[in-house]
Amino acid sequence: MSTELPESTVSPPTRAPFTTSRRTFIATTTLAGGAVVAGGLFVGPNALGDESAAEPPSGRVSLTVNGVRHTVMVDNRTSLLDLLREHLDLTGSKKGCNAGACGACTVLVDGQRVNSCLTLAVRLDGAEVTTIEGLADGEDLHALQQAFIDQDAFQCGFCTSGQIMSGVGCIKEGHTGSAEEIREWMSGNICRCGCYTKIVRAVDHAARGK
Amino acid sequence: MHPFSYTKVSTTREALNAGRSGGRYIAGGTTLVDLMRETVERPDTLVDISGLPLRGITVTGRGGLRIGALVRMAEAAADSKVRTTFPVISQALELSASAQLRNMATIGGNIMQRTRCAYFRDVTAACNKREPGSGCAALKGVNRTHAILGTSGDCVATHPSDAAVAFAALEARVHVLGSDGRERSIGFADFLLRPGSTPHREQAIHRGELITAVEIPVHPRPLVSGYLKVRDRQSYEFALTSAAVALHVRGGVIREARVAAGGVGTVPWKLSAVERHLIGERPSEALWTAAAARAADGARPLEHNRFKVDLLKRTVERQLRIVGGSR
Ligand SMILES: Cc1cc2nc3c(=O)[nH]c(=O)nc-3n(C[C@H](O)[C@H](O)[C@H](O)COP(=O)(O)OP(=O)(O)OC[C@H]3O[C@@H](n4cnc5c(N)ncnc54)[C@H](O)[C@@H]3O)c2cc1C
Ligand code: FES
Ligand code: FES
Repeated sequence: MSTELPESTVSPPTRAPFTTSRRTFIATTTLAGGAVVAGGLFVGPNALGDESAAEPPSGRVSLTVNGVRHTVMVDNRTSLLDLLREHLDLTGSKKGCNAGACGACTVLVDGQRVNSCLTLAVRLDGAEVTTIEGLADGEDLHALQQAFIDQDAFQCGFCTSGQIMSGVGCIKEGHTGSAEEIREWMSGNICRCGCYTKIVRAVDHAARGK
Repeated sequence: MHPFSYTKVSTTREALNAGRSGGRYIAGGTTLVDLMRETVERPDTLVDISGLPLRGITVTGRGGLRIGALVRMAEAAADSKVRTTFPVISQALELSASAQLRNMATIGGNIMQRTRCAYFRDVTAACNKREPGSGCAALKGVNRTHAILGTSGDCVATHPSDAAVAFAALEARVHVLGSDGRERSIGFADFLLRPGSTPHREQAIHRGELITAVEIPVHPRPLVSGYLKVRDRQSYEFALTSAAVALHVRGGVIREARVAAGGVGTVPWKLSAVERHLIGERPSEALWTAAAARAADGARPLEHNRFKVDLLKRTVERQLRIVGGSR
């Protein structure tokens, strides 16, 4: 069976004159659940106007995302965020700044909250990744997802998946002793809509099992 | 981002070999990946050192503390030995970056991190640090967040690390392994380099050298210490000014004072004049004010950062009061 990998509509942020505009992530093959499911696409540099004909250095990684094992060949430049969004079709994690400065891309790697935009996928061999898509248990939402709904802790929703993943980490780390502590330890997640008061309340409620 | 090859090493020997062949170490990646994406950094080979056994925090024989280069910022900040013996370090770390970044970033990477100067990060701007000889756009540009101490006509960028300010105050030593496998250690005052006419040279280590640990020497007990950071927003922001203060008071007299400032220097700025003013004195409001008045000695403010001169003195004064008490 072979699947067509989607052509990216997003170009990585580039700066003249040193960069080319081609996407930074090129995945070639995917093996999921141990079986080969994809084989085909290689977005060649030439197709995108790159001067060099050589394939960019890439590496093979086996990682578990939301309980599903994937073995992928990734261009070494691919971030975990791009792997999730562009290749594994898990678009819940968002790209805000792509520079560690907003938290929209927060996921758990081996149980710890990290910025997936600054994480190179090729480094994640053997890692366990949890994204917003893997938080609910079937139809049962995670307590913090429910708390965000109950507290109405978002407006546009762009930051929300990152907020929730970060909140899961924050609760796990035990930094929910007071509203002030939650604010400080959730400060790695920016909300342009300014829903901070309700976000803090949602984390507080979930932490105390309300 | 430019293409690069990637290799993961599991021993320091492998790391040093790869480093000697021109490979670039990657630890947490929170500085390096960011700057590679901006094409400020263009390494051909990344050497992943995250699997090396440099993750311990140990009390040294004489009562100092040795923090492995690969200890995560979050781990170091939470460590009970760090918290009890040198709270200034855990405070500086917890006031850095974000919880996510602190879970990724390492102590070695932290002191190696590069400036946040916007012109350095913008490859279309003139920057002697990035492109030697291209000029310094910050001198006549927007320089509100830039340095007032240790600057040169070629570079006015600050060193952004908070932990490094605590390390500078406490006169830490950086342990490194050379590519010949030989170990040496560098005093913190010599580790980070002032720009002078070679702002592209930032640390006193050679290509391929591997940082193994940061060691805090023995200080007399009891030692009270803490870190204060002033910034444009409450959290998740670099310092405009900061102060690391450690005091040893016995018999009502200050016997030892270790003070350094951040956000104001091209390197973490040791405030020796302030320290000298404190030694042998009894803590008092007047003493804090008089000592802090020396904090900006030698400052050369730029067009937009004159405010840092007063802000620095007030930051140091407040932190002396917080750590030394008001009486
Ligand atoms: C949005 C944002 C906000 C931030 N805010 C703050 C802040 O407020 N305060 C603060 O202090 N920092 C802040 N930082 C910086 C952060 O602390 C550093 O990026 C981090 O500490 C670097 O560590 P790392 O392990 O990720 O380094 P890496 O990115 O892996 O490496 C950085 C450099 O160090 C070299 N290196 C790493 N380890 C070694 C070693 N053992 N031996 C030799 N060379 C080595 C690498 O080759 C590279 O050149 C912020 C960063 C971001 C992205
Ligand atoms: S997209 Fe990763 S922190 Fe903004
Ligand atoms: S809900 Fe819009 S950014 Fe947070």
